[in-house]
Amino acid sequence: MAEPLLRVEGLVRRFGGIVATDHVSLDVAQGELHAIIGPNGAGKTTLISQLTGHLPPNAGSISLGGLDITYLPAHRRCALGLARSFQITSLLLDFTAADNVALAAQAHAGTSFRFFADARRERGLREAAHAALDRVGLSHRADIVVSRLSHGERRELELAVALASRPKILLLDEPMAGLGATESQRMVKLLQELRKEVSIVLVEHDMEAVFALADRISVLVYGRLIASGDPAAIRQNEEVRRAYLGDQHVVTRHG
Amino acid sequence: MLLVVEQFLNGLQFGLLLFLLAAGLTLVFGIMDLVNLAHGSLYMMGAYFAATFAAWTGSFLLGALLALGATLLLGIVLEVTALRPLYGRDHLDHVLATFGLILFFNEAVRLIWGPAGLALPLPAWLTVPVPILSGIYYPAYRLAIIAVALVVALLLYVGVMRTRIGMLIRAGASNREMIGALGINIKLLYTLVFGLGAALAGLAGLMQAPILTVQIGMGENILILAFVIIVIGGIGSIRGAFLAAIFVGMIDTMGRAFLPNLLRQVLSSTAASTAAPALSSMLIYLLMAIVLVVRPEGLFPANRR
Amino acid sequence: MSKAFSASRAVTALMLAGLLLLPLYSQLSGNLFILTLFTRIVILALAAASLNLIMGYGGMTSFGHAAYLGIGGYAVGILAQEGIGSGFVQWPVALAASAIYALVIGALSLRTRGVYFIMITLAFAQMAYYVASGLARYGGDDGLTVYKRSAFAGLVDLSNRVQFYYLCLACLLGVIALIWRIVNSRFGLVVQGLRSNEQRMQAIGFPAGRYRLVCFVISGTMCGLAGALLANNTDFVSPAVMYWTRSGDLMVMVILGGMGTLFGPVIGAVVYLVLEELLSQVTEYWALIMGPLLLVIVLFGRGGIMGLLGRLDRG
Ligand SMILES: Nc1ncnc2c1ncn2[C@@H]1O[C@H](COP(=O)(O)OP(=O)(O)OP(=O)(O)O)[C@@H](O)[C@H]1O
Ligand SMILES: [Mg+2]
Repeated sequence: MAEPLLRVEGLVRRFGGIVATDHVSLDVAQGELHAIIGPNGAGKTTLISQLTGHLPPNAGSISLGGLDITYLPAHRRCALGLARSFQITSLLLDFTAADNVALAAQAHAGTSFRFFADARRERGLREAAHAALDRVGLSHRADIVVSRLSHGERRELELAVALASRPKILLLDEPMAGLGATESQRMVKLLQELRKEVSIVLVEHDMEAVFALADRISVLVYGRLIASGDPAAIRQNEEVRRAYLGDQHVVTRHG
Repeated sequence: MLLVVEQFLNGLQFGLLLFLLAAGLTLVFGIMDLVNLAHGSLYMMGAYFAATFAAWTGSFLLGALLALGATLLLGIVLEVTALRPLYGRDHLDHVLATFGLILFFNEAVRLIWGPAGLALPLPAWLTVPVPILSGIYYPAYRLAIIAVALVVALLLYVGVMRTRIGMLIRAGASNREMIGALGINIKLLYTLVFGLGAALAGLAGLMQAPILTVQIGMGENILILAFVIIVIGGIGSIRGAFLAAIFVGMIDTMGRAFLPNLLRQVLSSTAASTAAPALSSMLIYLLMAIVLVVRPEGLFPANRR
Repeated sequence: MSKAFSASRAVTALMLAGLLLLPLYSQLSGNLFILTLFTRIVILALAAASLNLIMGYGGMTSFGHAAYLGIGGYAVGILAQEGIGSGFVQWPVALAASAIYALVIGALSLRTRGVYFIMITLAFAQMAYYVASGLARYGGDDGLTVYKRSAFAGLVDLSNRVQFYYLCLACLLGVIALIWRIVNSRFGLVVQGLRSNEQRMQAIGFPAGRYRLVCFVISGTMCGLAGALLANNTDFVSPAVMYWTRSGDLMVMVILGGMGTLFGPVIGAVVYLVLEELLSQVTEYWALIMGPLLLVIVLFGRGGIMGLLGRLDRG
């Protein structure tokens, strides 16, 4: 088997007494859509944040395309092709949608130590921004300031921003959180398209979406990876059923 | 030897005064999340009150006690009228609003007491030199400052660490919502904490008053030292403020006392006497710079958020 | 948004016209004092505009900006005393010294955020103040008289009040034009993005520290220019120009006029200093009114004068 795109080995992260990531190892293959599921507080966001460099792990290693990135800062990882969306929308609220996306494109279009030329008039950046907005169906809202966008639109914009940095791998933390039924459907369709172009790590509570989309599913409970396999195998897995699928809303947190 | 002991005690005394000022500042910041530049004004007011009341009553001690009460009261009034609306606002707003208060206080003092400074003379029993080691004497008043400040520091420590109200204060520092949910009157708690901080600043001011002259703007330079202390000690931490204050007081005093001689050993005497004053006043800022490089959160960051 | 007429534009245009025509008025009316006052206002407006670059656009609340006024001023004063009177030497030195100070202080203080940053910039500026007080050779506490203003090979005569005023105004407008280019450039968007949401900016690949530091240095250098002008204006430089209340004044000007707007700091400087002048004519105790006024502005004046005008436009 070829070298996986993303490899996580023995990752550990503690918060005081809580072990939020407990010796997690997993691989994401090139072109794969790898879903990570688990009850609230299982450590999914914590895991994503370590992958993107927003949170340093206590132990273990992360490599991207064979390169050890465990201790690289977030911005370097992004340059290497790792992009994320945030569970709690994190955008530049006082910038327009197009500006948000164009900045992501700018980060990948040479130096930003340019002090005189008007960046909003740079054709290349604007086109890249509009292309990404188009992908998520937001081009008609390009010039709206983010603070005036609806929640659903902001979720889509998160995705556009991630896409604009032309990533090798997308880490999506609950892209459907808080979306209505039709918005969710749109998002699923969008992910279905995107997965053809880019590897995706998808954290999601919407089981229907996860089982429809994923090539592989990993299950986190209390920071531990209790199972990893294709959707059919996960559906069958006794431990998973007991810990999670059977009673989705029982486990909230521990400690 | 004599000089070293004397300067050591001077450093300790200055450090303890700084602690009184910094403690109030760090408490108010830690608990109310309020940056109060006017803290130095309260220090100044403490000194002016003491000079005035001592002159009225003819007694230093009585004057000091009255001044303490007056700054406490002033702090409470200030909190209720001017600062309350600032809670929860941007820190920049705090800085500007309390900057305005400094202008106000300085001007009010000029209006009431005039532009010239006041003196707060000591009673005779506090001016005698006290033998502390064989053949070494130290002014009784400075010893008294050390004693009072140490007692206050101890009370503060016990108060914050061991009592119920101290628990509330610490809870407030780490979890504002929780303490509100417990049905504790946050407004009152804030007012009391601010009053306490004001009284501490006033105490520092009135104790310093007999050593320096009482004048407009006397609280400003020392306020910046208190900032340095908080940065070094870690915002919101009483223990950090204490250790950093002693440290800064020592370094500043010792630096001024001994740096010129040290420099003279390595530089020509004219170069040394030119460089020494500038260098010795830079020392504590260099210290702060070093702490920033090593521990940007300060030496003893309070566990908040 | 793209309305041709708006209150904020009208006020800005009026103010600029006023600043341009001021020497004329001063000559015609024989009121020389107003020219002196406005020369000072223009210089401090330049300082405020430079502060606005980091504070308004970059979200870095520096409470030590007056340090650059002193550094720029002392560069001019010290060189003049040492017999180097050419502005072509003095001014570049003033800018370079400010830039170096900003680089060192910025590298240290940008390791922190929020209140720490405020306190640390304040503390370092105070250090600069004490260092200047300790410069016995250059007047120490008493300051340093600049006996001859910077010479520019006969191009401009800084001793001519009108010429000097226009030089200051040209510097101000030049710096504002520069800031205008910067905030719309790639670099400027990154800096403003960092103010808005640092986490997001890092996630899309921007190292925050580097951009902030460069912005901090640009701002400090601009303010160093104001320092060089100020020393020429007063023929004198002393530690007092670096005193922390001066940094506070600059912050007030920026907030009063409107943070993060191009001309806000200029309007703020004009209003603040004119108000100070008027109040001090009415009463010796003007700060008694000014202080509480600041409190009121903070509490009720969101966005400063520019913000107010903006709300007016939107009706
Ligand atoms: N910054 C932090 N400090 C302390 N504890 C934290 C922190 N972040 C997360 N935790 C704890 O780590 C555990 C895992 O949290 P995490 O947010 O990663 O869970 P999650 O799987 O993303 O949950 P959800 O489905 O609700 O998003 C939880 O117990 C949480 O309380
Ligand atoms: Mg999560």
